[in-house]
Amino acid sequence: MTAAGVVVYAEHRAGELKRPSLEALSEGRRLADALDGRLHGVLVGSGVGGLASELARYGADRVHVFDQPELAHYATESVARALAQVAEAERPAALLVAMTAMGKDLAPRVAARLDAGLVSDCQALELRQGRLVARRSMYSGKAIATCAWESELQIATLRPNVFPLAEPDASRQAEVVKGELDAAARARVTSVEAASAGKVELTEAQVIVSGGRGLKGPENFHLVESLAEALGGAVGASRAVVDAGWKDHQYQVGQTGKTVSPTLYVACGISGAIQHLAGMSSSRVIVAINKDPDAPIFKVANYGILGDVFEVLPKLTEEARAHLASRN
Amino acid sequence: MRIAVCIAQVPDTATRVQVEGAGIVEGAVSSWIVSPYDEFAVEEALRIKEAGEADVVVFSLGPERAQAAIRTALAMGADSGVHLQDPSFEGLDTLATARALAAALRKQGPFDLILTGQQGVGGDHSQVPGLLAEMLDLPSVTMAVKLELRDGGARVEREIEGAHEHWETTLPAVVSAQKGLNEPRYANLKGIMQAKKKPIARLGASELGLDAAALAPRTRVLELALPASRPQVTMIEGDPATQSRELIRLLHEEAKVL
Repeated sequence: MTAAGVVVYAEHRAGELKRPSLEALSEGRRLADALDGRLHGVLVGSGVGGLASELARYGADRVHVFDQPELAHYATESVARALAQVAEAERPAALLVAMTAMGKDLAPRVAARLDAGLVSDCQALELRQGRLVARRSMYSGKAIATCAWESELQIATLRPNVFPLAEPDASRQAEVVKGELDAAARARVTSVEAASAGKVELTEAQVIVSGGRGLKGPENFHLVESLAEALGGAVGASRAVVDAGWKDHQYQVGQTGKTVSPTLYVACGISGAIQHLAGMSSSRVIVAINKDPDAPIFKVANYGILGDVFEVLPKLTEEARAHLASRN
Repeated sequence: MRIAVCIAQVPDTATRVQVEGAGIVEGAVSSWIVSPYDEFAVEEALRIKEAGEADVVVFSLGPERAQAAIRTALAMGADSGVHLQDPSFEGLDTLATARALAAALRKQGPFDLILTGQQGVGGDHSQVPGLLAEMLDLPSVTMAVKLELRDGGARVEREIEGAHEHWETTLPAVVSAQKGLNEPRYANLKGIMQAKKKPIARLGASELGLDAAALAPRTRVLELALPASRPQVTMIEGDPATQSRELIRLLHEEAKVL
């Protein structure tokens, strides 16, 4: 019998499933249907059993729950053990993990444990003769690779914001299998410190407004922040701005920063150095505002405004507010 | 204490890449650099050395040109290098690369701390730290923005979506470096001169006991292509107020993203 099932790791934080994991589940459902296999969700934590019904709504046929008080804080070794246990028991064709900070940490351990191939940060998956083929970017988007697996088990991490989220189906039920785990781990999280509340995380944002050197100084960054707020988006920055100390590195979009794929990316006063383009050119719609008509950012933009960010941004923020107010 | 730092040599981030078949055209790469995240790992090892005492050994797997990356780390202040070089190491996938590095770390070990960048810029897999840790049966903390050694263990801070995690790990451990961990130094002339006299050991597949089965790929790149070009830009004319109004209209009606 060839492997047909798909296993998806379900990441959760503060009692809620993470959207990138729901995207992975949605993709897993699509693949399991095409393979005529079952979709398994894996939940690891303390007091997480209640999330199983939500996994069912997103398509899981069976949910493996490892619910133990010692698992309250994330530890790579214990979660890797849980995933390896499920993979060994269910012998799936594929194991999918969202490429979040946690997924990035976790998936390689599982791959080494199971001696199975791992393709990271996939942007598309398809089936050819019952086997997976992935598309992913390399050189931060300067090239696109088509990859295949040589191992029977195919492990993939999926880039957030790229795979479509399925409509949840409230009538779906899943079989719940309770698992038990050796929770021992030599490295573990001892505490988590949340960043300022209400801030939209860059890699999860649907809208990103980024600022570059064209803003002339950190004191002008509020122009970018106001537009981001008006559009309900996150704030990003170019490397030049981060290296100059105007913004912390966690805001950096580009090759040594974050790779983002929002629905809308607005680049303000960013010339578009190749390493910046690398991190954002998979965005669906790109808007560039720059006063240099030769700025490379216009080559990747869908819409361009040739103008001064100091004049355009306040007007644009006003228009965005008015537009969104008229729709509510 | 003994610290190993695993580094990769990658095309300069400012260069464009040309593709051919399943790889890039190496001859078209204008310059090669130490992967930026690996520089943070080297810097962190040097700071630990300067704060106390440590022997810092740099490992790199790659063809002849990888020597230059090792020399760069030695010029920054690392003590010695290990170059994993063998015809059978060309085009290894992530698992095989980690297996070769793990074999070299075992052979030259033991180490109290293994540092590496959170991601090799280029392949962008972000896999080697976790793979190494599992293969060497060590704990790991990835994407560290702060590392503090104390009481025979380490405290690590790690950035996640919208939060910071505080970790504790026993040593030996694998820790991978994220931007923000430190500001890497530049090698000065004295360092560059000294680096020329520092030893670099070469290890091939047979010295590491790696046969074809150990290096067999688990994944394969079928094709590498340049990304599809984006549609022609629509420039919006008028004064700032008109441009803004028109942009919002287009984003709403044409692009349907607002």
